Amino acid sequence: MSAFPRAAELGLISCHVCKLVCADALDGDDPSNEMACPRCGSALHRRKPSSYVRAWALLIAAFLLYIPANVLPIMRTASLNDIDDNTIISGVVELWVKGSPDLAVIVFTASIVVPMLKFLSLGTLLVSCQRGSDWARPQRAKLYRLIEFIGYWSMLDVFVVSLLTALVRFNLLSRVEPLPGVIFFGLTVVLTMLASMSFDPRLIWDGRDSDD
Amino acid sequence: MGTTPPEALLICEHCDTVYRRRTLARGEVARCACCHAELERHHGLSLTALLALVLTAMIVFVQANMWPIVTLGLNGQFSGATLWGTIIAMWQQQAQVISVLAAATLFFFPLTKMLLLGWLLWFARLGRRAPGFAPMMVVLHYLQPWTMSEVFVLGALVAIVKAHLYFDVVADPGIYAYAALTLLITVFAGVDLRQLWELTPEDPA
Repeated sequence: MSAFPRAAELGLISCHVCKLVCADALDGDDPSNEMACPRCGSALHRRKPSSYVRAWALLIAAFLLYIPANVLPIMRTASLNDIDDNTIISGVVELWVKGSPDLAVIVFTASIVVPMLKFLSLGTLLVSCQRGSDWARPQRAKLYRLIEFIGYWSMLDVFVVSLLTALVRFNLLSRVEPLPGVIFFGLTVVLTMLASMSFDPRLIWDGRDSDD
Repeated sequence: MGTTPPEALLICEHCDTVYRRRTLARGEVARCACCHAELERHHGLSLTALLALVLTAMIVFVQANMWPIVTLGLNGQFSGATLWGTIIAMWQQQAQVISVLAAATLFFFPLTKMLLLGWLLWFARLGRRAPGFAPMMVVLHYLQPWTMSEVFVLGALVAIVKAHLYFDVVADPGIYAYAALTLLITVFAGVDLRQLWELTPEDPA
């Protein structure tokens, strides 16, 4: 289909771990036939194993955890006369109103925009690849590289809550405690990272006859 | 393809396009013509320079973990936090999951990465593969996405701004060490460590 020679057509495999180019001696019909990279010893695969199933499972799990991460409060600020529970979005609003709108934008991007972008992008990539679509391939390839690159920045809010918990410990006068929302959010970030790692970007270029 | 040695070929990790490898000049970046992903980059850092950077990063990492990051003041009371103070505080506050996550991504993974790299580069400089070269290279590959010190630095800045609404905030040496560490991480981000496979001879001494 494309004018460029592809490894699968030439009977070559690139090791996922060390990038060594190896001759493809895998038997496509027999999954028990395994081959190790002669250089680093990792198992060789033409594509990441069961990429669609793993990526979908992790993405859906991440999305399910993202709901309590947003609905439940992530942090409690307690002082003598009041207790204030913050969700992710109310934390952003507080920064915007009282402190600095520029940081509010950064936190909003890391905690809301990036996870949503990952859900939508990875979902789109998975659906379009499973349908063997040849729509906007270079753009989809670029989209995948973008979500791989920005994914882990979502941990921002988790670290903010952790640091504030450690710092604000003035007994009765003022303290900060983490609430369950932050745990759900941390797990969401880890699961979205695992989901995007499980997705094999080569599937974008594979067309209808992909091997999954 | 039987006659071409495997080292002379390069396969794009993002779209499986096969290329004949070309020696890159200083500062050159090879991109895939099909999907535009980066294939290879010439970063112009020698093994000695890389080793020096890893050693610097280790020294800075010790500083970043030793000193408090920020101190808060309220009516004459002071409260400071180090990275480990943060990890322990989260554990005590029923957020063990986060505590483990922070300990791994901010302490154990970066530390392992630096120690392995230092070991591998030390031997690579002498023109050999270090004992345990292959398994260590595999571990480094899997650790790559899971070190998050630079995210923690941004988190510290946000925490400082938030705390500043209610408290006196004093930045401590730890935050400067972290800032320096972030710079070093950025330098390393442009280096594909898998080149060590090619830079060292096949048979270990």
